[in-house]
Amino acid sequence: MRSFDLIVVGGGHAGIEAAVSAAKMGCSVGLVSMDKNGMGRMSCNPAIGGSAKGHLVHEVDALGGAMGLIADQSGIQFRTLNKSKGPAVWAGRSQNDREIYSEIASSMVAGTQNLSIIEEMIIDAIEEGKKIVGVRTAHGEEIKCKALVVCSGTFLNGLMHTGMSSTKGGRFGEKPSVGLTDSFVKMGFEAGRLKTGTPPRLHKNSINWQILDEQPGDVPPLPFSLRTPKDKFPYQPQLSCHITYTDQTVHKILEKGFGDSPLFTGKIQGVGPRYCPSIEDKINRFADKERHQLFLEPEGLNSELIYINGFSTSLPVEIQFEALKKIKGLEEVVMVRPGYAVEYDYFPPHQVDLTLETKLIQGLYFAGQINGTSGYEEAAGQGIIAGINAALKIQGRPEFVLTRSEAYIGVLIDDLVDKSTNEPYRMFTSRAEHRLVLRQDNSDQRLMKYGYEFGLIPKEMFDELKQRELVISKAKDIAEKKRIVPNDINPILERKELAIADNADTITKLVRRPELELKDILSVLPEDDEFKLLISDDKVYEQVEINIKYEGYIQRQQELIQKMEKYEKINIPLNFDYLKIKTISTEGREKLGKVKPRTIGQASRISGVTPSDISVLLVYLKS
Amino acid sequence: MSQSLSQNEDTIVALATPNGVGAISVIRVSGPSAIPSVDKVFSGKKKLIDCASHTIHYGRILESGGEAIDDVLISVFSDGRSFTGEDSIEISTHGNPFIAQKIISVLLLQEIRLAEPGEFTKRAYLNGKLDLAQAEAVADVINSRTEVSLRGARNQLDGILSKKIDSLREQLIHTSSLIELELDFAEEDIHFMSLQEIVRNIDEIIEEIEALLKTFSFGKVIRDGVNVALVGPPNAGKSSLLNYFLKEARAIVSEVPGTTRDIIREDLFIDGIMFRLFDTAGIRATEDAVEKEGVLRSRNALKEADIVLFLNDTTVGFSEHLYSEILELNQSDRIVRVANKVDITRPEPDKYDVQISAKTGVGMQSLFEKLKAVALGSSTYTERTAIVSNIRHYDSLNKANEHLKSAKESINKRLTGEFISVDLRNAENDLGEIVGKITSDDILNNIFSKFCIGK
Repeated sequence: MRSFDLIVVGGGHAGIEAAVSAAKMGCSVGLVSMDKNGMGRMSCNPAIGGSAKGHLVHEVDALGGAMGLIADQSGIQFRTLNKSKGPAVWAGRSQNDREIYSEIASSMVAGTQNLSIIEEMIIDAIEEGKKIVGVRTAHGEEIKCKALVVCSGTFLNGLMHTGMSSTKGGRFGEKPSVGLTDSFVKMGFEAGRLKTGTPPRLHKNSINWQILDEQPGDVPPLPFSLRTPKDKFPYQPQLSCHITYTDQTVHKILEKGFGDSPLFTGKIQGVGPRYCPSIEDKINRFADKERHQLFLEPEGLNSELIYINGFSTSLPVEIQFEALKKIKGLEEVVMVRPGYAVEYDYFPPHQVDLTLETKLIQGLYFAGQINGTSGYEEAAGQGIIAGINAALKIQGRPEFVLTRSEAYIGVLIDDLVDKSTNEPYRMFTSRAEHRLVLRQDNSDQRLMKYGYEFGLIPKEMFDELKQRELVISKAKDIAEKKRIVPNDINPILERKELAIADNADTITKLVRRPELELKDILSVLPEDDEFKLLISDDKVYEQVEINIKYEGYIQRQQELIQKMEKYEKINIPLNFDYLKIKTISTEGREKLGKVKPRTIGQASRISGVTPSDISVLLVYLKS
Repeated sequence: MSQSLSQNEDTIVALATPNGVGAISVIRVSGPSAIPSVDKVFSGKKKLIDCASHTIHYGRILESGGEAIDDVLISVFSDGRSFTGEDSIEISTHGNPFIAQKIISVLLLQEIRLAEPGEFTKRAYLNGKLDLAQAEAVADVINSRTEVSLRGARNQLDGILSKKIDSLREQLIHTSSLIELELDFAEEDIHFMSLQEIVRNIDEIIEEIEALLKTFSFGKVIRDGVNVALVGPPNAGKSSLLNYFLKEARAIVSEVPGTTRDIIREDLFIDGIMFRLFDTAGIRATEDAVEKEGVLRSRNALKEADIVLFLNDTTVGFSEHLYSEILELNQSDRIVRVANKVDITRPEPDKYDVQISAKTGVGMQSLFEKLKAVALGSSTYTERTAIVSNIRHYDSLNKANEHLKSAKESINKRLTGEFISVDLRNAENDLGEIVGKITSDDILNNIFSKFCIGK
């Protein structure tokens, strides 16, 4: 009988991170996928990152994960979103060549020691005494394992809808995964159903590009990963996206299909995401909006396919096609593949703990869409946490949990566990109450220590970070003391039409002025100036400027974190019996019993648990 | 019966109505032994322990010697179905403080102890019977000693303040949504709010919060009453005025006597507002050690007073010297200049706010009106006005106000949304603390429901 320390089900964005990190930590890992060449498929749009999602990619990268590296190597356009705002909300986003992405992911997995790819479908998970011991394949083979990470994406009982016809499958042209849901339900898990959708794919040569607005990438493009060598980046030629819009004529045509919409007729039972509605949903809910923006995104360098972002739909094929042809630039369009909605099983995530291990079965971990999230980045963030924790558990080491004040990944998992979700969960920067300190630019300072501790980040890299932190702190000290005389700074102030200075101010004070940048001050310093030399490295420069400029706000955020920490540190015993405290509201009792929070902080975030419930709980814990 | 909290294992008693006021007094007993303990001193048709919950029984409370103290009505609340969530008894007696005290002392001989201030409410709260704001409102009902105050507290129970705060919070969530929209959905084709519009929204909220903050001094007057220092030259008629209050103003509830050099205190109710009257000894410098002490106390009383009632003898004229000394101790708009003895002489009209004769009672009504006007300020109180009378609410509103102001500061410094949002969120939490609602999902939910999002 085959046997592994860890079996990972699914080779998507969560599965890759889980399998690779656990294998690097020394576990023997079997990665089971129905298609061994289909690692890291982008089922929906050919892009990585975006607002808050870019943060997740950076965090996975700082922990030593794969996503940033693969995105950098397959990227055909890179942009930083929100550049006009402050650094906390800058977010990287890349367009990726779908094929190259999957090829790189597959070869990365294949090249990982301790990791075997098993082309199979898992239909059953086997437990003994509430502990996972193995899996059973569709061919009846039993494979033993000490832990199991399930990253099934949209494949569990996947059902695709276009108009009133539906096909069983997890992704276009691929079979669903059947059996595993029942296996978990038999163990006592509660399953739910979600829905997501994808737009039609268009033929590149059938679009009138000349009349459309072009959206090029940033020059120079910036990579996600700290490990991507600067001299090789970008790896691929860079392409543009294009923008077009729907109009009233298009809306009228789409409305004709509402009668045959699986969404409006109730054929689709699963709940879809509010932030990523189908085009029919947008027209229906926001009837007064005259047009909707659409992005035409290339699927790859050599691909003939164009992804029409913003036009996700499950209306009948004819309606999709008829409507597309009324869109500016698409008059002669060839629709290669229609859009569809996909329904799939998930397990409401209050059933997992902050390590992503299920509360019911030891050694069983869920990551990605099975936990109700949507998005490659959310999946990757969970995948690496599940992989690390599974390995730690197998090796008998202490678990690994990221807090809300440490990482978006911490926010993500805490939200999932405390609040569960009944719609596909997507990360937003506004979900992070400590947004100003959870930046892309400091993800290495926040998280690399963990990646290093688990052996996922090489020593040289970690040493480099330590060295950089020393330089940053030294530069900040100098900036506090070093004064710039009026004669030096006034020409700059005059050029910017600002009032001239009468006294010498410290660099810190000058940089804090909203109108001035650190580079303005550098321009008046001699070439051999100590401060100037110290911050000549881009990463150092960036950290020094951000830290000085926004110190007040960062400070306040830190104070808030410390204030909240108090509650994060009051532990609740795991076996705590909420039912016996009649003084907690009925809803509160039920929710607390379901979620089993580890701390008062966590308990206070559970929806349905009131501040009075928390007060009672505090009184009870003290007595 | 709820017995999960260990400190609630004993039974407590206290007077539930204000001491000495009203036609009846209510004594409340709560805790596991409430019913059997009261049974031991109660003589009625049947044992209370055999009575159904939420029933009322006539009978007598007996002294240890077997003598009846008073005829009473007893309400039984069993199975924890009471205000506190515990077994409770409420004893209604005639409204005589002596009777109530006597009954309580008899109960204290049973397995019952005297309740600490607010302990009933605390138990109700811990037993999940009240939310925080309700508990505080009830505490205010219990503490309230006057009609208007009671109305204020009931208002709060009815949620007038909560409703007001909820609506402010909604406005704030909407404003935050506009900012978050631009941060999380920068790529979307939606109209983003201009900073001017956001500032306007914030200004509106600040204005409303400041209006609420202003009601606090009023709320405090309603709840805590007003300190009035009575001052005047010798023979100005202070004693006559006090005597008038004693004789004519029937609402006087207590007199706190002292030596002549001590401050004499009287509580006077005018239209439901409690005025605590302090008669001050002279404030002139003196060598006499005993008098010196008196002068010091008087000066302090004048300094601390919410209102200074400055009484003048019109036969002598306005005491300019004394007035200037008072002005050093308190603000002029808090000083009511009263001309006394207008039955004998005509005062110079522009020197005085009110003209009275403590002897004949002339002008007393206008004196009352004036005291009320100074106490309440310009606020017009109706029962539908949201009033802040609780210091915790006041603090939270103040904090919210400060956060909103620093949000505006961030806008002025041309900082972008994520910085403005730090303060808006804090302000939102401050308001949330008053009504017990803090959730981070509100902003996203608002965005999803109001804006067409999603590429």
